[in-house]
Amino acid sequence: MPILEYLWIIPLLPLLGSAINGLFGSTWSKGAVNAVALGSTGLSFLCAIEAVREFLDYYAQNHQPYVKQFFDWIVAGKFRAGFDLQLDHLTVVMLLVVTGVGFLIHIYSTGYMAHEGGYYRFFSYLNLFMFFMLILVLAANFVLLFVGWEGVGLCSYLLIGFYFLRKSASDAGKKAFIVNRIGDFGFMLGMFLLFRTFGSLDFQTVFAQAAKWQPEAMGQFGTITIACLLLFVGATGKSAQIPLYVWLPDAMEGPTPVSALIHAATMVTAGVYVVARSHVLFTHAPTAMYVVAIIGCATAFFAATIGLVQSDIKKVLAYSTVSQLGYMFLGCGVGAFSAGIFHLMTHAFFKALLFLSAGSVIHAMGGEQDMWHMGGLSKKIKITFLCMLTGTVAIAGIPPLAGFFSKDAILFGAFTQSDPAGKVLYGVGLVAAIFTSFYMFRLIYLTFFTSQRYDEHHVHVHESPLNMTVPLMILAVLSIVGGWVAAPAFWGGTDHFTEFLSPVFGAPVEVAGEAGHSLELILSGVAVLAAIVGWVVAWRMYRPQIERRTSTGLHKILYNKYYVDELYLGAIVRPLVWLSTNIFWKVVDAGMIDGTVNGVAHGAQAVGDTVRHTQSGNTRSYAVWVIVGAIVVFAIVFWPVLHPALFGGLR
Amino acid sequence: MSFVLFMFFVLAGLAVFGAVALILQSHPIHSALSLILVMLSLAGLYLLMGAEFVAAVQIIVYGGAVMVLFVFVIMLLNAGEEERTNFSKLASFAGVPLALALAGVIAVAIARGSGHLASATSGELTSTKELSKLLFSEFVYPFELTSFLILVAIIGAIVLAQRERS
Amino acid sequence: MVPTSYYLVLSAILFGLGVLAFVFKRNIITIFMSIELMLNAVNLAFVAFSQALHKSDGEVFVLFVIVVAAAEAAVGLGIIILTARNRRSLNVERVDLLKL
Repeated sequence: MPILEYLWIIPLLPLLGSAINGLFGSTWSKGAVNAVALGSTGLSFLCAIEAVREFLDYYAQNHQPYVKQFFDWIVAGKFRAGFDLQLDHLTVVMLLVVTGVGFLIHIYSTGYMAHEGGYYRFFSYLNLFMFFMLILVLAANFVLLFVGWEGVGLCSYLLIGFYFLRKSASDAGKKAFIVNRIGDFGFMLGMFLLFRTFGSLDFQTVFAQAAKWQPEAMGQFGTITIACLLLFVGATGKSAQIPLYVWLPDAMEGPTPVSALIHAATMVTAGVYVVARSHVLFTHAPTAMYVVAIIGCATAFFAATIGLVQSDIKKVLAYSTVSQLGYMFLGCGVGAFSAGIFHLMTHAFFKALLFLSAGSVIHAMGGEQDMWHMGGLSKKIKITFLCMLTGTVAIAGIPPLAGFFSKDAILFGAFTQSDPAGKVLYGVGLVAAIFTSFYMFRLIYLTFFTSQRYDEHHVHVHESPLNMTVPLMILAVLSIVGGWVAAPAFWGGTDHFTEFLSPVFGAPVEVAGEAGHSLELILSGVAVLAAIVGWVVAWRMYRPQIERRTSTGLHKILYNKYYVDELYLGAIVRPLVWLSTNIFWKVVDAGMIDGTVNGVAHGAQAVGDTVRHTQSGNTRSYAVWVIVGAIVVFAIVFWPVLHPALFGGLR
Repeated sequence: MSFVLFMFFVLAGLAVFGAVALILQSHPIHSALSLILVMLSLAGLYLLMGAEFVAAVQIIVYGGAVMVLFVFVIMLLNAGEEERTNFSKLASFAGVPLALALAGVIAVAIARGSGHLASATSGELTSTKELSKLLFSEFVYPFELTSFLILVAIIGAIVLAQRERS
Repeated sequence: MVPTSYYLVLSAILFGLGVLAFVFKRNIITIFMSIELMLNAVNLAFVAFSQALHKSDGEVFVLFVIVVAAAEAAVGLGIIILTARNRRSLNVERVDLLKL
């Protein structure tokens, strides 16, 4: 089992690539930097494939996840957190997605970033991100996962603020990091609670113990529920759900490959991964699952409404990402964990495709990102157009492309909940699906079909080079076929994906026989209908000679993202800054801490100033002090004799 | 009142008178003469207590050598009446109270602590023979040291008082 | 018979007067003389104790005190002569070079 013994090679390769490029790449040619970056990621991908193959053999024999402890990292009393890596079916999915899509995006970046400064730095950071993300998915305990969690947050900050000379970019990086940190605080509290309850943070130990517990009742806030909710707070931060989603749209300041890799395909899915990984805990805490489902659904709807009216092509995709992540959490929240992970996988394909295509459009337009300055590009950049169209059809949920199968599985899971609230969630999810289809097709029409709204003399539209278009095409193919591994029964296929994940999530829950079958058919039909409705409305609204109107009323509210950023600024940021400035800085730091230190110095100086006067140079004064000393010494020596005298009078 | 007690009070009064005169006189020579009076009365007190050898030494050494030395230095330096400068505020304010406090503390300690002592003038004479025996047996080491000390003092005094070699 | 405490109180009074003189007089020679007065007061106390306790050790010590006082007077007066030549004044308050 060569690779499995040395599982650490998979994250290590990108780390080495990052270190080499970071330390030496500034003087190297682009080719050399490329070789290191692509080589490390590509090799990591190949090792991952080999590891998967070996794991499947291993599982066939042992029927257990493969866990290997490499070294003890923290040992404190009875607590042990080791550098332990594990491989099970869930990890397999995540691993292949991260390394595969990551590798494709690396190739794309060699073309997209070719004219940018700091080329070596970009690839160094990107490889570093791969390292941390792989640590995150391979970790066998919460602590190591958290290392990866924090690390990808760091790389996100570095990459969002890649164009650090631009204030908006560095602000966006800071915002991402700080908002994430708030979520991480919740995550840490969750970890502490889990440790206190179960005595360990290893996945195997915690989940095995938790499985024996009695599931908590709905509405009861027991230990597991609170731990799950705290972990979910971390997930809302990392995966951009309400209320901590505000960093993701701003993160579009980073280069487009970053948006594709980190803020679409991999990092933001970490939250979904954690919830899926901890499914044992969540299934024992129905209240937490409820919260997850509701927030996921609400976010899906909320973000979709904002995406309806955005004018920046990347912002539309950003809000779309937030919305689709909401779907994944909805899937996990209603218990359809494998559906959530399935949507994670298909979303990685088509969202990466969409972002990279958008990047291709931006590259073709010489840096323009506003859709109202585009139009009529379908004939000029054919390959990009076709790829983008593929992605749009996929995300809208039109069969037989990938998005249909995954979204359908989630909505089906929501509808078939025993709780009537499931129907409400289904309804809201369906409306959000209509919106999704609408805004994606709106994007297509504004960018590629409507009349040309730019000056040909200033913008020289050209198709992207091969190193950008080939990954697009590969991702397009994956978006088409990716869903076929989980075709529902009535399409004639078996749900291979859920079967594949059944060792992790348990056997798929079958809705009773014939009624279930026809229910599935009806719901699928409704989903397709929703997608088509969205498309048609977009087609009708965005006629060739469309012109931009001023934003009023509801449109204005949506365009300004419901003023949530302003709300946070006023309600949270300003008071905190006020508190920090006026209380913590002026009172505590400058007043108390500096004051104490300075005060001691002042005090010493004052005492010195006072005592100085005893050194008058006058002999007679010195004589007086001698007398004083003599009295003191005499009194001390004769105290037993003098003592009664003081109280009894001098006789 | 017995004769001894009466003599005690006379001599004590003289001693105190001399000490007060030392403070109140402005010319140092008058202070020196007052001090001689104090020493003589103290010698008388020693005699009263029966320490005749000490009394003799007091008169000869203190009165006859030390005070003569003082008088000679006063003459040598042409000391005049004291200047009435008063630079030290501390001394003017705290001097009297502190001196009184010191004396008071000592007096109280004595009064409280010496009740068990026998009378000092018991009429016994201290035998000089006994004294010298003590001096040369138990206290021989300090005795030899004092001779050395005197030698050092002589040398020091000579060196200090030399005129500058021009 | 005179109680010992009378002698001791006299000694204390003389000592206190010596202290007063030490603090209030400005002529350096007079200050020296006040030191001699204090030493004499102590001598008186020694002799009184020696007589009261019927041991001669106190008187031996008085001898030593007298010797030391004499040596000290000699050297001290030598210093006074030097200082007086230098500062041209016998007023102790004029010697204030140590003033901060």
